[in-house]
Amino acid sequence: MTRFLEAIGRVVLRVLEEIGRFFSMLGSVAAWAVRPPYDVAELLRQMVRVGYDSIPVVLVTTLFTGMVLALQTFNGFARFHAQNLVGSVVALSLTRELAPVLTALMVTGRVGSAMAAELGTMRVTEQIDALTSLATEPVQYLMVPRVAASILMLPLLVIMGDVVGIYGGYFVAVQLLGANPVAYLDNSFQYLHVSDDVVSGVIKAAVFGLIFSLIACVRGYYTEGGAEGVGRSTTRAVVSGSLSVLVADFFLTKLLY
Amino acid sequence: MEGKASTARRPEEAGPKLEAEDLHKSFGDKVVLDGISFSVAQGESLVIVGPSGTGKSVLLKHLIGLIRPDSGKVFVAGEDFWALSHVERNRARKRFGMSFQEGALFDSMSVFDNIAFPLRRSGQPADRVRKRVRECLEIVHLPNVEEKRTSELSGGMRRRVGFARAIAHEPEILLFDEPNTGLDPIMTEIIDEVILEMRERMKPTIVTITHHVESARKIGDRVALLFGGKLLYDARPDEFLAASDPAVRQFVEGKSQGPLTQDFEVSAR
Repeated sequence: MTRFLEAIGRVVLRVLEEIGRFFSMLGSVAAWAVRPPYDVAELLRQMVRVGYDSIPVVLVTTLFTGMVLALQTFNGFARFHAQNLVGSVVALSLTRELAPVLTALMVTGRVGSAMAAELGTMRVTEQIDALTSLATEPVQYLMVPRVAASILMLPLLVIMGDVVGIYGGYFVAVQLLGANPVAYLDNSFQYLHVSDDVVSGVIKAAVFGLIFSLIACVRGYYTEGGAEGVGRSTTRAVVSGSLSVLVADFFLTKLLY
Repeated sequence: MEGKASTARRPEEAGPKLEAEDLHKSFGDKVVLDGISFSVAQGESLVIVGPSGTGKSVLLKHLIGLIRPDSGKVFVAGEDFWALSHVERNRARKRFGMSFQEGALFDSMSVFDNIAFPLRRSGQPADRVRKRVRECLEIVHLPNVEEKRTSELSGGMRRRVGFARAIAHEPEILLFDEPNTGLDPIMTEIIDEVILEMRERMKPTIVTITHHVESARKIGDRVALLFGGKLLYDARPDEFLAASDPAVRQFVEGKSQGPLTQDFEVSAR
């Protein structure tokens, strides 16, 4: 029994330590972000890695999500003759919820893992020590551009995902299930409020960008133990990044509802 | 190795360039530094030797503030390093050039960009950067490698590019972490010569850690033995090599049995 309680205590302590580390690093990143020198070239490079390079993954994810959403709701709604509401369901689900969350999860897997592995490798090969020895603050040089690029690029990816996902739904409903194209589009946008639904999704995306990138950077930065340690940090970055996105999603939805 | 009264700031001209005062550091239960004090004068070269795993790298990293001591002080040109603000510490670090064990080159950059890194960070113009990078590569005898990726370099080349990056911003203090470990005898000799040449040209204060006794003899004005978290012996190279101290004798002669391997002897029995 004591051993069981000890095990629980250890897990709780570790989680609390991680949360503390996250917020203390958040403070450091914010403080170093406003201090010169501003490395615009590195920021642009990271924006390409986080944003541009993730476009195919995000588009395929949201396209098929929109398509399957239309397929499922059409099937279900047909049972009580509400097929004309499919467009609204697809548009609202995508913009408010699915595009931001799925985009964040895909980017966490693709980019968060790369960030943790890169910083982790730099840690175990003493490259982070070398940066410090050259009077360069690693938080400013490595983390600030990665976190800033993620906050800036996730919203853009989500807007792209919204458009493509809604088109996916339209394609399935109209081309495969025979819905009236004019009625479908009309219904899609009748209940969709850009200032509310789309913007709430975009705000979520920016927060998710901050969460996954900071977790990945912190995991990588504190890597210990050679190649095995880098592997561990990478896995943890993806797992805790994805879980944190999902947990944060609930609270953000509650907040922005 | 006598202890000295500590003050926040000491006059730079009068005091030593680099000074450690009663440094203590433990990782968990393992005591790595157990009250280390030494000083290195302007232009002097101190070599710290010792068996692997005795905390030589940890000691070197304390000198440039990569690791914070549990207690004790480090004075850089008279300034108490850990009494400085974060920004001031980075300014103090500009006095240093450090070469790491495996080079620690930035593998996302070319050789040129690695050496140019500290120059660009301090806002130097492109033509000055280009000139200085070429100069540094000449000093370490590595012409025509500017555009190579760091992954294309051999071990000896990586070390020398690491040296070039460490000296690019013309530091006053050079720290070498195992500069010739894992290299063949010829490259070991070349590395020692490069260090001596850098010394001749730049007259820096140098702290080197190594377990090569022969290198220590060549590049040091003083050689000290680190073991059990303490500096056991600190003397001129010829005195060090001739010392009758059993620990020094065991290290210099490379014997498997002696005071440095007591734990090993116990477990082997």
